[in-house]
Parts: sequence; C-alpha cells; structure tokens
Amino acid sequence: MPKSTKNLLAKTANESVAEAMKQINPDVVAAYPITPATEIVQIFSQFVADGEVDTEFIPVESEHSAMSACVGSAASGARTMTATSSQGLALMFEILNIASGLRLPIVMAVANRALSAPLNIHGDQSDTMGVRDCGWIQIYSETVQESYDNFIQAVKIAEKAFLPVMVAMEGFILTHCMEPLQKEKTEKIKKFVGEPKSLYSILDQKITVGAADIQEYYMEHKKQESEAMSTAKNIINKVGREFKKEFGRSYDLIEEYKTTDAEVVIVVTGTTAGLIKAAVDEQRAKGKKVGVLRIRVFRPLPYQEIRKALTNKKAIAILDKADSYNSFAGPLGSEIRGVLYNNCKANIINYVYGLGARDISFDDVYKVFDELLKIKQSKKQTFELKYIGVR
Amino acid sequence: MPNLKELSKKEPLFAAGHRACAGCGAAIIARQIMMAGEQEKVIGLATGCMEIFSTIFPYTNWGCSLIHNAFENVAATVSGAESAYKALKKRGKIKKDIKFIALAGDGGTYDIGLQSLSGALERGHDMLYICYDNQGYSNTGFQRSSATPMCAESTTQPVGKKTQGKKQNRKDITEIVAAHNIPYVAQSAVGYHNDLIAKIEKALAIKGPKFINILSTCVLGWGTKPADTIEVAKLAVESRFWPLYEIENGVYKINYTPAKKVPLADFFKLQARFKHLLKPENKALLIELQTNVDKNWQKLLKKVECS
Repeated sequence: MPKSTKNLLAKTANESVAEAMKQINPDVVAAYPITPATEIVQIFSQFVADGEVDTEFIPVESEHSAMSACVGSAASGARTMTATSSQGLALMFEILNIASGLRLPIVMAVANRALSAPLNIHGDQSDTMGVRDCGWIQIYSETVQESYDNFIQAVKIAEKAFLPVMVAMEGFILTHCMEPLQKEKTEKIKKFVGEPKSLYSILDQKITVGAADIQEYYMEHKKQESEAMSTAKNIINKVGREFKKEFGRSYDLIEEYKTTDAEVVIVVTGTTAGLIKAAVDEQRAKGKKVGVLRIRVFRPLPYQEIRKALTNKKAIAILDKADSYNSFAGPLGSEIRGVLYNNCKANIINYVYGLGARDISFDDVYKVFDELLKIKQSKKQTFELKYIGVR
Repeated sequence: MPNLKELSKKEPLFAAGHRACAGCGAAIIARQIMMAGEQEKVIGLATGCMEIFSTIFPYTNWGCSLIHNAFENVAATVSGAESAYKALKKRGKIKKDIKFIALAGDGGTYDIGLQSLSGALERGHDMLYICYDNQGYSNTGFQRSSATPMCAESTTQPVGKKTQGKKQNRKDITEIVAAHNIPYVAQSAVGYHNDLIAKIEKALAIKGPKFINILSTCVLGWGTKPADTIEVAKLAVESRFWPLYEIENGVYKINYTPAKKVPLADFFKLQARFKHLLKPENKALLIELQTNVDKNWQKLLKKVECS
C-alpha cells in the first residue's frame, strides 16, 4: 500500500485495469465478457463510447475469436489488449500458443477463476496455471495497486521481449474488492510505455506470417522462443527498476518477506501472500522464525532467485491455488521442488488450498507453520501433498 | 475488368512453384484472386491445403502480406488486422489503402470456422471472405464436410455394403451468409475467370463484409483427372448443380444461365466420388438428386424474381 494516503482512490482491480487501459489508450482491444473479468471490458467500452479513448474495440463473439483478433491486430503492428477469465482462457488455449509463437506483444488481464466442472465462478488459479506452458509471460498480482502497476509494466515488458504477457489477479478478491489505488498521471504513463513496438507488421512489409514450418526450421523457431523467455527475466527486472524510478513502487520477480533468517518458509503466489505476511508478523512476535516467499513472476520461472531464497531453509510449504491432478504435486509444488533439487535439504509439504475460492484463514496458515516447525528437525526427507480446508 | 490477354501479362502475385496437386482448383483460385484489382491486399489464410501448399517456410508464393493463424479463426484474425488498420489510419500512422481478404476452404468456412465467420460478418468488418469450396476436408484426406453433397463418397462416409456415401444434404453456406444481410454475396466456380475476377473486383470496391463461395475441383478428393479440373467445374455450373449468382444489397442475380440443361449424371461421370450413382441399382438415388438440383434452380429463379 502506498505510504502517503494523498490522492488515493478506492478501486477494484477491474476498475484499475480499465483505468490503466484508458491511460495507455491502446490501438485495439478485442474482448468477450466473462465473470469476473467482464467489468474491465464494460468499463472500457464506456470509455470508447464517451470518446475518452480512440481505441478500435472489437466486441467479438467468443474468447477464441478475441485472441484470434488480437493476433491479427498485433501482427499488424497495433498495440493490442484483452481481458478474460477461466473458461474464456481455456477456450483461447489454442491461440495463446500462436500469439507467443508469432512473438506478438499482446497484453491480457486475467481475472483468475476456477475451471469447470463443477461450475464455480470464484477465484482460484486453475485457469492461468492451466496455460502456464503456452509461452506467455505470467505475472501474478497481490493487490489492486499491483494489478494496476503490473498491467502498465506488462505493456513495456511485452514490447521489449516480443512475447505476450498475462497479468493474473484473483477473481472477486481483487477484481471486485476495493483497495486504495495510487493512480498515476496519464502523461507519465504514456511516457513510461512509449510508442508501440512490434517485431513486424503485415501492414508495412509484404511478409508471410504463420507459415507452415516443418522439420527443417520448426525447432529453431521454438528454441528462439525459449531463449526469448530466458531473456525476459532481465527485461522484467529492468522494467521494474524503471517503474520504481518513475512511480516509486518496487517490484521484483519474487518477493521475500522476512525470509532471510527464517527457518521455515511458505511459498505462495497472489493475494494469499498478504494473509501470510500478517501471519508471519504474528508468529514472529512469538519468536518463531518464519517467512513467506511470493512468486510474482511465474513465467519465466525465476529459479535462481527462488533457489537462493530457499537453499538454507529447514522446512518449506508450497501453497498451490490449483491442482495438477498428477497425484504428486500442484503446479507450484512440482516446479519449486524441481528448482530445489540437489540444492536444498528442507522437508517440503505441498498444500492445495482455496479451490473455487474456498476461504483460507489465519488458523490454516498457523497450522502450516506449526507443521513446518515440527518437521524442520526431521532427518528423513519428505515430500507430501495435502489439502487445506477441505472436509 | 482486363481481358485474358491483359491478365496473363500482369505480374504474378501468386508465384509459380507451389506444392499443390497437379490440377488443383484452389491453386488456380489463389492465382486469380491475386490478379483481381490493383489494390494492395492483406490476406488471412485458414489452415488447409492452400496454406500447406503455398507457405512452407522459408518459401512463400504470396506477393502480398499473408497471415495464417489457425483453422477456425480466419475471419476473427482478419477482423483484428482490419481493426488495427483502422486504428493506425485514424492515428495517422498508416497512409496507404489496404484491402483485406480472408481465405478458407469449406472446412474453415462451413464447419469449424462458421462461428468466427458469422461473428465477423455481423460486426461489419470491411473485408472480403472467400471460400474455396472443394466439398470436403481435402487437406486431411477428403473426409466429409457439411459442404459435401449428398451421396458423394468421402473417407468418413465411404460407399459400403449398406450405405451410398453421404446421407445428408449439403449445407447452403451462401444463403446462410446472405441471411447476415451483408452488402455482397456471390457464388463462382473455378474455370470462370471472368466471373470470378469481376466478382472479386466488385466486392473489393464495396465497403463492409463481402463473401464469395467458389467451387473448386479437388483432384484427389473428387477422383478426377488433373486435365479435367476446369471441365468438371464447368459441368457443375452447366448442370445447374452450382449456379453462378450474386446477391447485391439483397437483390439476387443469376450471372450465367446454361443454354441447355445438362443432366447431373454428366457432372458425376467424370468423378470417382459419384461413380456408384451411375450403377443401375442406384438409379432412384440419381433421380432424387436430379430432382433436388431442379428444385433448387427453381427456388433461385423465384428469389431473383422476388428480390
């Protein structure tokens, strides 16, 4: 939260992202409504109707067409944005891979929501975790302010890395709850994002885009994409530093909260980090050496930073707001376990929590810390998958 | 519009050296699309034969910009490009005039791409959508599509001991598109270069969404000789199986009325996919199909009369 309360607004993440979109005034927005992301498109449509932006808004007939139109637009050199959630993101799956494969700097806000079935419109991270290998940069927001800040940074990151970026913000918790927002001046934001940049434009050059690419070249192109994702790490850091210089708020790939001298650490992404930070303060007051590591950027995976932060820990809990249904671990659990392999002797418990926005409480977090403190001395290395808050 | 001699002298913007089958109707259509009009074009191409035979990296046959996205979304993709063009033009970042063409086979148009097409038509994008209709999924080995005519053989509705090819009627996509009340809808066929190029040029001069459905002989799928590609398409038109007509602002016009009625069997006999219909035991089926063609022609005449 900003230090000064001067000029603060009370805004939801949906309102804030729509505001950021207005301030950026992109060339094209193509979107289809879906709870809980609908408001972004709705609010933005009003900006279009009132002439507050001169963006070409394409009210497509599905999310598949939303992402398809974004591909056509971004390949034409236009700054292009969209927003979606859950089933909509799942419907886009095919084209998400094409957007990244064609190296198009599309920016998308994703209001995290559970995937069907059973139908649930509330916030967990099954949707974005489900598209984690589609070649998109993924940034997870903890607060409304961060959703706004991430969305603005995403434009610059996408147009430097020439990769699409999704900014994830949990449904309802962020999209519909008001928090203080430090809204920045439009001129400053316009200056920060600069003029749109693209690798190519089908309107400028006479080129064939999306050619059939068989054995001779496909793998080289995919390797280039992989290298772009590696390079993106430095770009995200650089944009973060530029953002701090301009607006005073600082963002890194991961956020460490009282981890330096902690014996046990919870690893988490998204809003739950806020709850755990408060729990850490409580536990610290009782002399317990606990901390929390928040993964802000999940793609590219900041493995060196995560490894450095966790190497000397005695016990680690990885909290996943999605399950992989592999009978082994959630998405964060699998990957962080992989990052730590041969680099950390800690016992690790992987918890799945909050599916369909099942509430997680302080008590749940205290229980996790208690468990970690109990197993920290255990010589036997363990890796377990547990569920929190399930009957 | 230029005559054949003049057309042949134009710089070929769909280059020779593509990888289509000998006698492919779609390759002829691609070449003729690029001959039509003088405007700069940007083409969106759905996944299908044409994409495979004309864009194998690092080669391309296309002398204009072309974007291939996926199978079912060419209309949405081009609506994105066209919107980007509008935005950039509005903001003074692009000066030149560009015409947008979406190009897909019958699979990408009638079936998997129907929603994307309908959405783009309804939104009113300034684009020409061209379907090269070879009446089946040629790219994957000629499975049936909703454009496959009744009784035609395909690899997913083969002729067997119990069935005689496709059991269902062909979907009338031209009429479905016309129901969107767009300014221009037309049917053409490979082999009628005057008709086709005139229609493309006419469509490109009209603002808003336009649609042309072009019958395109598929040598492998239809089981025709490469040398017969044009002849077969002409018999489709002469037999009134595939009328050449257009609907301009709701007004129907038949562009070519065959001088004499050619029997459907004449169109069928050059194609392996219909050969079972010429057997004496399937005479009733052949009569039924001929009756359908006659009825449809009468219906079209009524539409011309009423519009």
